[in-house]
Amino acid sequence: MRYAYYPGCSLHSTAFEFDLSMREVLERLGIEYEELRGWICCGTSPAHCSSKLLGITLPIKNLAIAEADGFRQMIVPCASCFSRFKIALYETKENPELKQKVDQILNYTYQGRVEVRHPLDLFYNEVGLKRIREAVHENLSRMKVVCYYGCLLTRPPKAVDFDSCEYPMTMDHLLKACGIEVLDWSYKTDCCGAGQALALTDVVLKLSRDILVNAKEVGAEAVAVACPLCHSNLDARQREIEQTYKLSLNLPIFYFSQLIALAMGVKEKRIGLKGHLVSPLPLLKKIKSPSSPTRLSRR
Amino acid sequence: MEMELTQKTLKSAFVKKIAEESDQNVYLCYQCRKCAAGCPVTYETDYTPFQIIQGVIYGQEELVLNSKMIWLCTTCETCTTRCPQEIDIARVMDAARIIAQREGVKAKYPVVPAFFQTSLQNIRWFGRLYEIGLIMMLKLRTREFTKDMGLGIRMFLKRKLKLTPKPTTLREVRRIFKKIKEIEEAD
Repeated sequence: MRYAYYPGCSLHSTAFEFDLSMREVLERLGIEYEELRGWICCGTSPAHCSSKLLGITLPIKNLAIAEADGFRQMIVPCASCFSRFKIALYETKENPELKQKVDQILNYTYQGRVEVRHPLDLFYNEVGLKRIREAVHENLSRMKVVCYYGCLLTRPPKAVDFDSCEYPMTMDHLLKACGIEVLDWSYKTDCCGAGQALALTDVVLKLSRDILVNAKEVGAEAVAVACPLCHSNLDARQREIEQTYKLSLNLPIFYFSQLIALAMGVKEKRIGLKGHLVSPLPLLKKIKSPSSPTRLSRR
Repeated sequence: MEMELTQKTLKSAFVKKIAEESDQNVYLCYQCRKCAAGCPVTYETDYTPFQIIQGVIYGQEELVLNSKMIWLCTTCETCTTRCPQEIDIARVMDAARIIAQREGVKAKYPVVPAFFQTSLQNIRWFGRLYEIGLIMMLKLRTREFTKDMGLGIRMFLKRKLKLTPKPTTLREVRRIFKKIKEIEEAD
């Protein structure tokens, strides 16, 4: 099976490290993929907040390209794009009149042949934990991580149909299979403020602070995310949060694919770790130091 | 707010407009307030999502379109997920924002619709979001030239912001935007 790969705008810019690490993991797992030719923006919040048709048509346009190119599955790593694709598919299925309008705009009748897959779902349900465990070569067992799913991977469940909407576990299981110590916490699916970052920054600072503080309180040394917006709110805005609320956090934020890549032994410089504003390098040095008592104890 | 309940307030033109844009039946609301309890921005808002739904039911167009809530909403979909009556409340919020923008209602947080419009213009021009372009255009609209400057520079130095856009299939993107505008104006 050859997959279409839809990076979305963020993975070509603010989330380039998500893109780099995702491609590394896909290659290590032997998953064949190809970037969708001529893909366009999914429209994200500005589209669905301003026009019902636009928010649905832009994702379907991309699916139409994938369908015309003969793909049956499309990998969408960005949680925000993923949710827009799933919602567009749900709405056009529920509402034939809307579907007709979209087809008319695109001059193409979308047949619904392309299934949209988030890599978490792909790794957990297609590849399986057994094969992931077999691909792990590095010991990351000293790293304590909380998994942050954010809003859009699991909501709304009627459209995305991915894991439990209030208490998902897919990322937890995957990172555990990579040998990482995964902690339980209360903010798995709480909102970080998302697209309000450029408009209502204060809201983002407050919501992201709550998330980071809870992560810190349960003893996490890093947060794993699956969404470029969550990453930029928690990582790039972390210094601003520390200054605004007089806190010291220093919590590195990883894309889950970066952690899987590290566990698989991909070189640090190949997954864009230097692109983070809160550097994860001291933590990685610490967990790998020879003085570490649990080193190599697991495998 | 005191109000007389009549046929006119209960079957207002506003509730019809919202239904058209959102495909939702707000009358299903049985006032459990789960949407309000789960909403992450209630700490800052004037009306909760529950009160917005009630506002729609009672035809309170001005209250809804002038509320802080519809612009504070982060579109996190918690309200939609938890509604036991399966009202897609996030889509009702979308509908209120669409109507407010279309009718030129002055937003309680003007920066939010400015961000939407700037982003869409950016997508129409380049086919994909071009972040530096978006930030510059937004600054020209909001006149907040120094906001986030330090962060922008740090992100640029980390190679997270690309200097030039990478335009793609522009003719097709512009055609889609134009066609949608035509359909929406005809409706």
